[in-house]
Amino acid sequence: MLEYALLAGLLFGLYYSLVGLGLNLIFGVMRIVNLAHGDFLMLGAFAAFWLFNLFGTNPLVSVLAVLAVFALLGLPLYYLFVPRLLAAKDPEMLSIILFFGLSQVIEALTTIAFGTSERSIPGNVLGSGPVRFLGQSFPIAWVVSGMASGLAVLGVYLYLYRTRLGYLTRAVMVHREEAVATGIDVHRVSAIAFGVGLALAATAGVFAPFMLGSVTPAMGVDINITSFAVIVVGSLGNPLGSVLGGIVYGISLMFMQSYFSSWANLLPYLLLIGILLVRPSGLLGRQVRRA
Amino acid sequence: MPKALAHTLFVLVPVVAAAAFLPFAYSNQLLLFNFVVFLTLAQGVNVIYGFTGYLPFGYAGFFGTGAYGFSLAVIHLHLSPIPALAAGAAAALLLGLLLTPLLRLSGAYFAIANLAASLAVFQVVSNPNLEGITKGPYGISLSGVFSPNLSYGVAVVFLAATLGLIVFLRNSRFGLALQAIREDAISAGMAGVNVVRGRVLAWLMSAVIAGLIGGVFAWYVSVFYPETVFSPEFSIFAIVFALFGGIATLTGPILGVVILYGVYNAIGISTPQYFQLIYGLLIVGLVLFLPNGLVSLFRRWGIDVP
Repeated sequence: MLEYALLAGLLFGLYYSLVGLGLNLIFGVMRIVNLAHGDFLMLGAFAAFWLFNLFGTNPLVSVLAVLAVFALLGLPLYYLFVPRLLAAKDPEMLSIILFFGLSQVIEALTTIAFGTSERSIPGNVLGSGPVRFLGQSFPIAWVVSGMASGLAVLGVYLYLYRTRLGYLTRAVMVHREEAVATGIDVHRVSAIAFGVGLALAATAGVFAPFMLGSVTPAMGVDINITSFAVIVVGSLGNPLGSVLGGIVYGISLMFMQSYFSSWANLLPYLLLIGILLVRPSGLLGRQVRRA
Repeated sequence: MPKALAHTLFVLVPVVAAAAFLPFAYSNQLLLFNFVVFLTLAQGVNVIYGFTGYLPFGYAGFFGTGAYGFSLAVIHLHLSPIPALAAGAAAALLLGLLLTPLLRLSGAYFAIANLAASLAVFQVVSNPNLEGITKGPYGISLSGVFSPNLSYGVAVVFLAATLGLIVFLRNSRFGLALQAIREDAISAGMAGVNVVRGRVLAWLMSAVIAGLIGGVFAWYVSVFYPETVFSPEFSIFAIVFALFGGIATLTGPILGVVILYGVYNAIGISTPQYFQLIYGLLIVGLVLFLPNGLVSLFRRWGIDVP
């Protein structure tokens, strides 16, 4: 039971890192809260569902298409909303409300198009039979999703720390005005980060049917809370902090489910409030933000 | 004429009179009751968000706590409805006190933590393990105290009191102090405003307003589930209505509720997804083009609106 909770927690932790990563990247670079994050994840899940149902596309293939489409979608969305928002008096607060509006639009359009019924993809399309490891067995869909999430996180690490663009992105994260002053095209850098953020959300969505159960147009709100719990535990504004947050979250979730199952739903909320009150900067953060 | 009196005469009295007398002219009392509930909630959001700048994304937590405080007082303590309403308000006040540490957080952090707190309360109340106390997910039935006319009247009284509070905040040193804290807490503190006291008072008042109206809601509908009273829609509608009209004003949230909730009742009930689409677009447009609400439009034309 203990080994099982730890290992399953690790797999889910990798997945939850990916769930929170896009939100955290956007917050880190632009200091805005993308409250439509969960809805982009839901759109990714629906894309995977339809590609699988209409053409029998393996989710591992759809993930590439989803990645590209959502990254490209991010660019016009960025220029439509964000520059105007950043010019306002209190972008952080206004962004919550603006993206809440956007999330309602996405949810409404998805409901109008597909209805409210629950959709799922059978787990065996990612491979058959359970995987045995250290005497425990896990569904292969979990292992594949966890691995894919790990790869996506690695990709973000390479983008941020091994490319020139990532270097510029980190400069914008540290100090936006100074980045402008040194001649960095801040809007271009931010627009790409925004696209990457949406693409990561949608990628997490592709694996949502295997890790989170069936998908519905209204799933976005819960995803947002979970993502916030993950990134606040790690560190808000530090994308790689979400990996630590995700793993802490995944393992605590598995322990709660194994030992106190009827109270497991409380976990994200309590973790979120507790960390915000005790250490608002997250486990890896440096600055403390207070009113 | 002093401004406070003018606000009372020309805004508070007509709105309360309309709420009180419309049931005699219009038969759908439930609809009118919902208007009264949202008018009160939008003004409750106005107290904390409009005057101090804290966005209460989990405002429904207080509403639900009030509803459950009322219901549990009726079921377990066999109180009659009016004292039970006080119990509901006390429960909301207690939750507000418990959450005062959240006021240390700023901006988005507060909004998220507040949302998480309200969902945590919902998870506790609806937990099947607590069926003996809260009835868990199976809901509450209060047919013994059901009394639509009396509870409607009490709701109108609470609306009047809430509007009175906003008139006070608009025309008093305390309201001005709160707005100073919202604009710049450090400067306000330097000028001698007690920042912590101001914020905590506004927060608790806002919590009690939601708790009271939540209790009346439970009394009026008398059969409900935890999802009904903790529904995030209460928070979101109240915030959007207040914002749409214009926060930190008396008329803004009223306009917002009358217009948007009117639209909701015209199209939202039969086809909720189209209403959701419209209000989503409205919110986006509002933030981009009119971040200070409808009332700011009048201000731009040089008309002073209370």
